[in-house]
Amino acid sequence: MTAHELLVRLKSGSVASEAVQEALYARIEKVDSKINAYVRRADFRKNDAVNKKQGLLFSLPVTVKDNICTEGLNTECCSKILAGFCPPYEATVISKLKKAGAEIFPLKANMDEFAFGSSTENSCFGPTHNPWNLGCVPGGSSGGSAAAVAADEAIWALGSDTGGSIRQPASFCGVVGLKPTYGRVSRFGLIAFASSLDQIGPITKDVEDAAILTQAISGYDPNDSTSVDQDVPDYLKSLTKDIKGLRVGIPKEYFVEGMDSEVKSVIEQAVNKLKTLGASVKEVSLPHTEYAVPVYYIIATAEASSNLARFDGVQYGYRAKSDNLIEMYKRTRAEGFGDEAKRRIILGTFALSHGYYDAYYLRALKVRTLIKQDFDRVFAEFDCIAAPTSPTPAFKLGERASEPLKMYLSDIYTISVNLAGIPAISIPCGFTKDKLPVGLQIMAGSFNEEMLFRVAHTFEQNTEWHKIKSSL
Amino acid sequence: MAIDNETIRHVAHLARIDLQAKELERLHVQLHEILGFIDKISNLNIEDVLPASHILPISNVLREDIPHTSLTPERALENAPSKKGNFFSVPKIIE
Repeated sequence: MTAHELLVRLKSGSVASEAVQEALYARIEKVDSKINAYVRRADFRKNDAVNKKQGLLFSLPVTVKDNICTEGLNTECCSKILAGFCPPYEATVISKLKKAGAEIFPLKANMDEFAFGSSTENSCFGPTHNPWNLGCVPGGSSGGSAAAVAADEAIWALGSDTGGSIRQPASFCGVVGLKPTYGRVSRFGLIAFASSLDQIGPITKDVEDAAILTQAISGYDPNDSTSVDQDVPDYLKSLTKDIKGLRVGIPKEYFVEGMDSEVKSVIEQAVNKLKTLGASVKEVSLPHTEYAVPVYYIIATAEASSNLARFDGVQYGYRAKSDNLIEMYKRTRAEGFGDEAKRRIILGTFALSHGYYDAYYLRALKVRTLIKQDFDRVFAEFDCIAAPTSPTPAFKLGERASEPLKMYLSDIYTISVNLAGIPAISIPCGFTKDKLPVGLQIMAGSFNEEMLFRVAHTFEQNTEWHKIKSSL
Repeated sequence: MAIDNETIRHVAHLARIDLQAKELERLHVQLHEILGFIDKISNLNIEDVLPASHILPISNVLREDIPHTSLTPERALENAPSKKGNFFSVPKIIE
C-alpha cells in the first residue's frame, strides 16, 4: 500500500501504527533473506513501542539508506572502514521527518560502499537482489532502498543521488525515484561522496508519495551552506492531472547506440502517451552529452578522494594495528576500503595531483559549464525533458563487476542532471519481454520540482505500470 | 594519457593506501582503460569557458558569529578506536 493510502487509514483509525510496523517486520522476515535490502539484520532487536505521533506523517516509518546519519542507529555506508559507527548526531532530513511525525525505520538500507556503484554489488554486506528477478542487480547505489520499496519491505525510503543513484535503481526496480535540485534538500548528515553533486531524495511507490516525502525533507538549513534559502512550494498542488500544452523536449543524443532496443520501444510508447495527454513533444539537442560520463568520473572521484581522507582510523570506525602513524593510515585504508572505493580514491587523487590538475580537474569543470549551458538553452524553450533513465533494464549480478568502465557507462543518462544541478524523476513506464521494469526520466529546470510532479503524476494516473507488482 | 606503475604507486602513497602487487597490476589495466575514455574531453576547445566551480549562484556563505553548543568531548570520542582522556590516541609520531 502507498504511504498516502496508509495515511488516510491511520488518521481515521482503521489501521494502527503498530500494525504497519508489524506488517513490515513480517514481510522482511519472509523475503529479505532473498533480497538483502536491509543490512545488519542479525544484530537487530526490534523496538516494540512505536512512539505514537500525530503530525502530518502519523508515525509512518521511513526506510533510510546507510549513508544518512541516524542518531543512535549505526550508519556505516556499507563499508568495513565505518564498522560500528553510531553517529552522535542526526542528519537534517531525519530531524525534519521526525518533526513531521514520521518514524525512522530501525533497519538501514543496503547500498554500494560509500555510494560508489550502479548495482549495489560493492556493499560489504553482500549485494541486494532485484525483486523482479533475483539473478539481476537492483541498480545502485541506493539499491537497498529501491528493492525494499518494490518488495513491500518498506512503505517508502530515502536514497542519495550523485550520478543517478536514486533514479537508476528506481528504474530497475519499477518504483518512483526523485533527485531534487542541488541545494533543495540539506546534505547535513549525509556522509559525503561528491559534495557538489550529492542530493538526498525519495524512493516511493507512486508520485503522490514522492511529492509528500520531498515536501517533508526540503528547505534551507543553516548547517548546509550549499542549501538554498527559497520557499518550498506545496507540491501536492502540482498533482493536477493535466499536461495539455506543455512543451516536452526529447534529447536526440539519448537515443543512440548502446541503448537496448526493448527499452527504446518502451520509451517511445511512453513519449507517445505524453503526446496523447496533450503535451507538445519535439526533439531537442544536448550536444555535450557524450562528455558527461568522463567529466563526472573526474569531478566525482576528485571530490571523493578529498571527502574520504577523513577515514584514517583515528576518529571512528576500523583501525589496523601498527606502531607507525603513516603505516597505520595506509593499512587501515587498504583493509577498510573495498576495491571500487580504492579505485575511485586513487583516480581522484591522480586528477588533482601536481602536473595533472589542469589537464583533468580544471578541464572537467569547464566542460561542466558547457553541460549546464546545454540545459539552460533547452529550458528557455521547453517546460521539461523526457528521456530514458537507463540504457538497459536491470543487468545480471556479476555481469559488470570486473569491468568498471562498463559499469560507469550505465549512468550515461542520469549523470548530466547532477552535473547541471537540476531535478529529475524516474517513473515506471513499462516492461521488457522478460518482465523487467523500465523507467521514464523527466528533467526540469532548477527548483522546478513542481513540473516533475505534474508531468509524472499525469502520466502515472493515465497508465497502470505503477500498480504491477513483482511475483515475489 | 598513459599512466605507469610508478605514478600509481606515488598517487596511492599520497592517498595513504597500501597496494598489494596484484592490486597494482589490476589497477594499472583498469586506470589505463578509464583514462583512455576520459581523455575524450581533451579534444574540446574550451579556452574561453569559465570553470563551474559552483553550480548555484551563491558565494561566500558565512554563518552568524554567535557562540553555540556543539558535541561534548565524550560524545565526540564515542566512536574513537583508541582514546586517552579527552583525546584521540594515535601511534607515536615523534621518536
